[in-house]
Amino acid sequence: MSINPDLAGRVYPAQEPYAVGREKIREFAAAVKATHRAHYDLDAAAELGHGDLLAPPTFAIIVAQRADALLVNDPDSGIDFSRVVHADQRFTHHRPIVAGDQLVAELHVDTVRAMGGGAMISTRAEIATTDGQKVATTVSSILVRGEDQ
Amino acid sequence: MIDFDTLEKGQQIGSTTVFVNRADLVRYAGASGDFNPIHWNERFATEVGLPGVIAHGMFTMGAAVQLVTDWAQDPGAIVDYQTRFTKPVPVADPAGTNPSDAAGTAIEIAGTIGALDAEARTARVDLVVSVEGTKVLIKAQAVVQL
Repeated sequence: MSINPDLAGRVYPAQEPYAVGREKIREFAAAVKATHRAHYDLDAAAELGHGDLLAPPTFAIIVAQRADALLVNDPDSGIDFSRVVHADQRFTHHRPIVAGDQLVAELHVDTVRAMGGGAMISTRAEIATTDGQKVATTVSSILVRGEDQ
Repeated sequence: MIDFDTLEKGQQIGSTTVFVNRADLVRYAGASGDFNPIHWNERFATEVGLPGVIAHGMFTMGAAVQLVTDWAQDPGAIVDYQTRFTKPVPVADPAGTNPSDAAGTAIEIAGTIGALDAEARTARVDLVVSVEGTKVLIKAQAVVQL
C-alpha cells in the first residue's frame, strides 16, 4: 500500500489529556541520563522557580509520539510502521513542562513528499494544557521507506 | 550564572561522552513508550535491513542535550532544540556480559556557541554528536534563554 497523498493538511484533534506525573519525569530523566536535580527533587525545581518537578528538554516526545500515532495508525494513511525511520525532530517550548500538567496535542500533517516508493511526512503537534495555555510545538519528519528501500 | 555579555560566537561550552548499552535502550523504550523492536530485538532489526539493534534517535537527542543543561544550569532555559538523525547508533550485545553491565556504545558530544541574539538574550549551542568519528546527528542546535 502506498502513502495517501491527501494526508497533507489533515488535522487530528486532541485526544484524552496526558497527565504529567512526577514518577514519569524521574523515569524519563533517568532514561536519557539527565542528572539535573530539578527533574528529581522538588526543592531543586523550586529553586529555579518551578512549582513542581521539571521535565527534561525532550520529554514532550511522549505526548508528540502519541499524537503521531493517530496518523501512523490511521488505516487511511497507508503508513507501514515497520518501515518508518525518524528523520528529524524539533521542540519549541513556550513554557517548561512540569509535573501536574494536563497536556493535549493537536496533530497537523504539514507536508507529504513522495520519495522513491516511499514518502517523507512532516507533522507538527501543538501541545497545550487542557485550559488552553500553549506549552510546546513539536515538529518531526518521518521517512516511510518504500518496498525497495 | 552565565553572563550573556561575555559570550562569543565560536566559544566552546565543553564536551562529554555518553555510553549506551542494550539495557539503556530497554529503559528508554519503557520511559518513552517507543517500543519499536528495532531498538531491542536483533532478529527484527536485521530483518528490516539494519546492521543490528540501534539506539532510539530520541535517546541520542535526549542524552546529548545534557551538555547544554550542564552549561546553562537550568533545563527549563532550553527553549528550542532540534536535530536531524543522519546515521544509526548501533548498540552491540557482546557475548559473555550481562547486558546491563556492558560498556556500550560511546556517543561523543561537543558544543560551541553558534549564534547569539542580544535582543532576545538567547544563545544557540551547536552540538557535534558522533560515534567512532561519524556524525550521528546533524544540525543539532539548542537555543538557551539567558
